[in-house]
Amino acid sequence: MPEFFLELFSEEIPARMQARGADDLERLVTEALAPLSPADVVGFYGTRRLALVATIAAGVAESSSSERGPRISAPEQALAGFLRKHNATREQLNQEGEFWLLDRVVPGEDAASLIARAIPALIRRFPWPKSMRWGGTSTLTWVRPLRRITAILDGCVVPFDLQLGDDDGHGLAASNFSEGHRFLSPGAFMVTSAAHWQQELRDRHVVVDATERRRIIADGVAALAAERQCIVVEDPGLLDEVAGLVEYPVPLMGRIGAEFMDLPAEVMQVSMRVNQRYFALRNADGAAAPYFAFAANIAAPDGGATIIAGNERVLRARFSDARHFWDLDRTRTLDSRVAALDAITFHAKLGSQGERVRRVVILAGEIAPLVGADPALARRAAHLAKADLTTGMVGEFPELQGVMGAYYAAYDGEDPAVAAAARDHYAPKGLGDPAPTAPVTVAVALADKLDMLRAFFAIDEKPTGSGDPYALRRAALGVIKIIRDNRLRLSLTKVMASFHSEEIMEFLAERLRVQLRTEGARHDVLSAILARGVDDDLTRLLARTETLAATLATPDGTNLLAAAKRAANILRIEDKKDGPHTGQPEPSLLTLPEEQALAAALADIEPAIATCLAEESYGEAMRHLASLRTPLDAFFDTVTVNDPEPAIRRNRLKLLAQLRVIMLSVADFSKIDSQ
Amino acid sequence: MTHTALSFQDLILRLHNFWANQGCVILQPYDVEMGAGTFHPATTLRALGPKPWAAAYVQPCRRPTDGRYGENPNRLQHYYQYQVIIKPSPADAQALLLDSYRAIGLDPLLHDFRFVEDDWESPTLGAWGLGWEIWCDGMEVGQFTYFQQVGGIATVLPSFEMTYGLERLAMYAQDVERVYDLDFNGRGVTYGDVFLRAEKESSAHNFEHANVEMLARHFADAEGECAALLNEKLPLPAYDQCIKASHLFNLLDARGVISVTERAGYIGRVRTLAKGCCEGWLAGEAA
Repeated sequence: MPEFFLELFSEEIPARMQARGADDLERLVTEALAPLSPADVVGFYGTRRLALVATIAAGVAESSSSERGPRISAPEQALAGFLRKHNATREQLNQEGEFWLLDRVVPGEDAASLIARAIPALIRRFPWPKSMRWGGTSTLTWVRPLRRITAILDGCVVPFDLQLGDDDGHGLAASNFSEGHRFLSPGAFMVTSAAHWQQELRDRHVVVDATERRRIIADGVAALAAERQCIVVEDPGLLDEVAGLVEYPVPLMGRIGAEFMDLPAEVMQVSMRVNQRYFALRNADGAAAPYFAFAANIAAPDGGATIIAGNERVLRARFSDARHFWDLDRTRTLDSRVAALDAITFHAKLGSQGERVRRVVILAGEIAPLVGADPALARRAAHLAKADLTTGMVGEFPELQGVMGAYYAAYDGEDPAVAAAARDHYAPKGLGDPAPTAPVTVAVALADKLDMLRAFFAIDEKPTGSGDPYALRRAALGVIKIIRDNRLRLSLTKVMASFHSEEIMEFLAERLRVQLRTEGARHDVLSAILARGVDDDLTRLLARTETLAATLATPDGTNLLAAAKRAANILRIEDKKDGPHTGQPEPSLLTLPEEQALAAALADIEPAIATCLAEESYGEAMRHLASLRTPLDAFFDTVTVNDPEPAIRRNRLKLLAQLRVIMLSVADFSKIDSQ
Repeated sequence: MTHTALSFQDLILRLHNFWANQGCVILQPYDVEMGAGTFHPATTLRALGPKPWAAAYVQPCRRPTDGRYGENPNRLQHYYQYQVIIKPSPADAQALLLDSYRAIGLDPLLHDFRFVEDDWESPTLGAWGLGWEIWCDGMEVGQFTYFQQVGGIATVLPSFEMTYGLERLAMYAQDVERVYDLDFNGRGVTYGDVFLRAEKESSAHNFEHANVEMLARHFADAEGECAALLNEKLPLPAYDQCIKASHLFNLLDARGVISVTERAGYIGRVRTLAKGCCEGWLAGEAA
């Protein structure tokens, strides 16, 4: 089987787009060359190239097919239409029984011609996340300027170019040349096969396998760290990125000056990662080590001494900058910074950050006793929690908000619970992020998020299907997670004291439902309970959901659900005819023992369930409901609802309506999926 | 590192020579305060339309929020950018760029040069492009952009734009840790002699003393004047007012009086001005 090799050589491709680009190339080439049955497809990617090798068929053989046309007796227009559709003439037709038959020959095509036809179109519609124009006026775009196309079929160039009408396609045409390392092995070389290309690249200082580059870097920095009794802080994302920034990885290690080692470890790590793509190191005891590791893209004649010295110098400048903020920020207390929040607009319609903080202070103080926190500490923490937004360090590294607040609060001698709340009150920031558990933090975190919700709902800035610019969904999920994980009991309506609390509760309930669905939990059961009205005590709401779900999981529950649905169906149909059928059933009209038994059971449990619900005894309410299973089964087994005698029929329908009312007092069972 | 390290001004002269030899018009700095060399009309306006253009110049840049009272070794609120624009972008732009680094003594076989993704965007100019930060041993020594859009208008011929941070480059070439220790002229004058006092005083001005009410007023004045001049079909003086408005916004920002939401409003206002100027410029070119 012939080997097809394709390389698209460009100026430097953003690291984060390379792997996806190689996947897309593999997929699109496999699709485009499908008639050649590509096999053993292997993709490559690197700083300046995407490439692919596959074995393919030598060509597509000539094939014939027969198309049955209209009946010979069919009108002339039908035959004309058939011939037009297949671009055929009458002379090509044969007869087969009563039908016209067109025998068609699809000419064969060799692999080279199919490739030459398919690849230019593929390149022109390649799905880069962001493409660009360059040079002249060609409409051919690429992630960065495309400079070479290597296309080889069994050792020979597949001739094609990227012209398209008047568009010169940047003058690009397929060749059998590739390029090695930009600096260490500049210039073009001739390629005869994929294996030859890989070998030549290796000789020309390009490790073209991304996994191998990654391994060289990971092993190299780990070995350098081990020499100094350190370990590298795990960071797979950074490793991937660095592997996409070098063609010829040379792991190196630099030293961090002792004068910087008192900087917070988070500050050092963020600065190294975000600005420099350096790996942070830890000593055996977990403390920040005075080294950093990185990968260069060249092996320099001085063993990298100049490169290391340069990188150390850059990092000194970065850390000096961090030190400047660290020192300057601490010349003032966090407390003294709070006033500056008044000058920062939170939202044009919602006033300043300062006003927002004052609202959160009050709210946190009110929530505190409900979550076991000291109200004074909660108020203090809420007062200081946003003050780090005015510090230089957070201005420089926004991802350090909260973290710096905690450092500065501790430095100012604030209570440790206050410092912790400053650090963690943004949590949870996402689904995987744990919810805070420290009571003071919980109070501030809840207050922070609830205030967001009530403030934006008040100015009618609610999330829409397409947008959630103020991340209110995240705030809602945060509220839910904090309450669930800490099993908090509080009436959110009372806490929020908002004119929009009903709307907000519906929003929270919807997020909760989506969340349960994501978790694979019984979101339909939650819907059934929510249909009875939103419970603003989420823990109670979830307890009800769990209880109902547990009941439904028992045989009694399953049967009850089936019976309830059956009753509802009958009522729906009959109500349409001559409904509604409401009112107390008339005992004298209950003729059969099974309907009398059901009526008695309903009369018993109706007040019992009302009492249970009032007392929040959901388990008990469920047990009462489940006790209906036996009389209900018996009822449906023996009683015909639609009795020929209208008064009896009407009375039986009233009985079912009574059942529906009782069940509806617990949940709307029609929302529950039968399982 | 060369043994005969280039002085700061020699560095500029070498770059002038290099890019002059590539056919660039060597311009002098524009005389309005601006945050980046891109704001110079020789880049912003000339990047538009179908006429080829090649220019290089030094532009003093004001970044009020980057002031460090002269205490940081390489952050400045006033510094020099070396700016090159070539339209359309030449096929060997990357090679030219690396040659320019060789011309100032930085050898890519001894130093680790990288092209690191940088999607350049100037919301105030309604401009964006794709390209890279140029790294030398982990330090950003330049920014390379293929212009895709300016003033909200797609570039007919994409330009190649290169911006060098001259102070950082010189620190490399001279192996100097602190910007103020840079040899300015090869005859004993340091960068600190020229600029340290200005950095201290300007930092104080930017962060502490700039009159916020006055700045806001001047911003509104510049905005109004720009619009009025555009009405008179005078896009070049109108554009001067646009640059002024942008700088006034930067000063307000340094004073910490602009919130996240207000910031978007200010940027939008400057962008409207820039867009009007770019449209006016193109209309004049076509006429």
